[in-house]
Amino acid sequence: MKREEFKDNESLDLLKESGTNVLLTTIDDVINWGRKNSLWPLTFATSCCGIEMMAAGAPRHDFARFGMEVYRASPRQADVIVVAGTIVNKMAPVLKRLYDQMSEPKYVIAMGACAISGGPFFLNSYSVVKGVEHVIPVDVYVPGCPPRPEALLYGMLQLQRLIETQTIKSRKGRNLSHNDV
Amino acid sequence: MDNKQLEDFIRPLGEGLDVKTGKQFCEVTLPADKLHSFAQLMKENGQLKFNFLFCLTGVDYGDSLGVVYHLRSTEFNHTIVLKTKTSDRVNPVLDSVTDLWHTADFHEREVFDLLGIKFNNHPDLRRLFMEDSAGYPLRKDYVDEINIVTK
Repeated sequence: MKREEFKDNESLDLLKESGTNVLLTTIDDVINWGRKNSLWPLTFATSCCGIEMMAAGAPRHDFARFGMEVYRASPRQADVIVVAGTIVNKMAPVLKRLYDQMSEPKYVIAMGACAISGGPFFLNSYSVVKGVEHVIPVDVYVPGCPPRPEALLYGMLQLQRLIETQTIKSRKGRNLSHNDV
Repeated sequence: MDNKQLEDFIRPLGEGLDVKTGKQFCEVTLPADKLHSFAQLMKENGQLKFNFLFCLTGVDYGDSLGVVYHLRSTEFNHTIVLKTKTSDRVNPVLDSVTDLWHTADFHEREVFDLLGIKFNNHPDLRRLFMEDSAGYPLRKDYVDEINIVTK
């Protein structure tokens, strides 16, 4: 995504500002370039958002253009987990385990109203987790019910921008995500 | 048979039946103790042959708990709805229809799981989804202050 196409650059500039030396920044740039252009998502879909996620991967929208090349069926080979759908209390431990099995660096996208807040199941539901951030830390939220594939694509591009700001100097570093908290 | 013919055919078959046609199907409301024998009649009568239980639903009416059975005949292509309820909310018990339609096995387990209605003669009445300590979450008076957000 080009810089001028995105309106809110200040927060990312702030993250990039913290002082690192020239060598590390250069290494960072190379590593981040590699990471952001080969984001492999985990095949994980629990309801209708999963259909939109599949559509985002299919030829019409084709997010392989941006390096989200291939869905991995194993969390050990995946970089990003797109929580596409409702997470119920019974599913929550499974989701946590999947997240724990992913290798660093790992990212989470909460896709759709259910993953963000419980959505239509927020009120009067005995079984639905009210927001997936209760279980695992979320990097990017993609609202919608379900979001269009374009919206997911936009969220993935935001995640790429986020990865650009990371550094290997410290694990907390300039990372916006809560991964290391 | 269409709904009107079903109504006329079924009305004389038993006492205490309330037979009327609802928005879509012919509906029969009957007391709980007659449920199993009547269901068996529905299945075995040569002119009805309701051999397919396509939906079994538990309902909390507020003052009573009940079950709704949707029956269909794959031979005559007609459909009927049986409704029954019990006013005992503490220990609600109905008869199982598992011996007539095997599909009722899991349906009744689900109703037991979520509404706490017990079924006599059910082969394996265990909780389906919930923990034993969870209570019956689909009852109107169910309270769970930790998980449930109310307005």
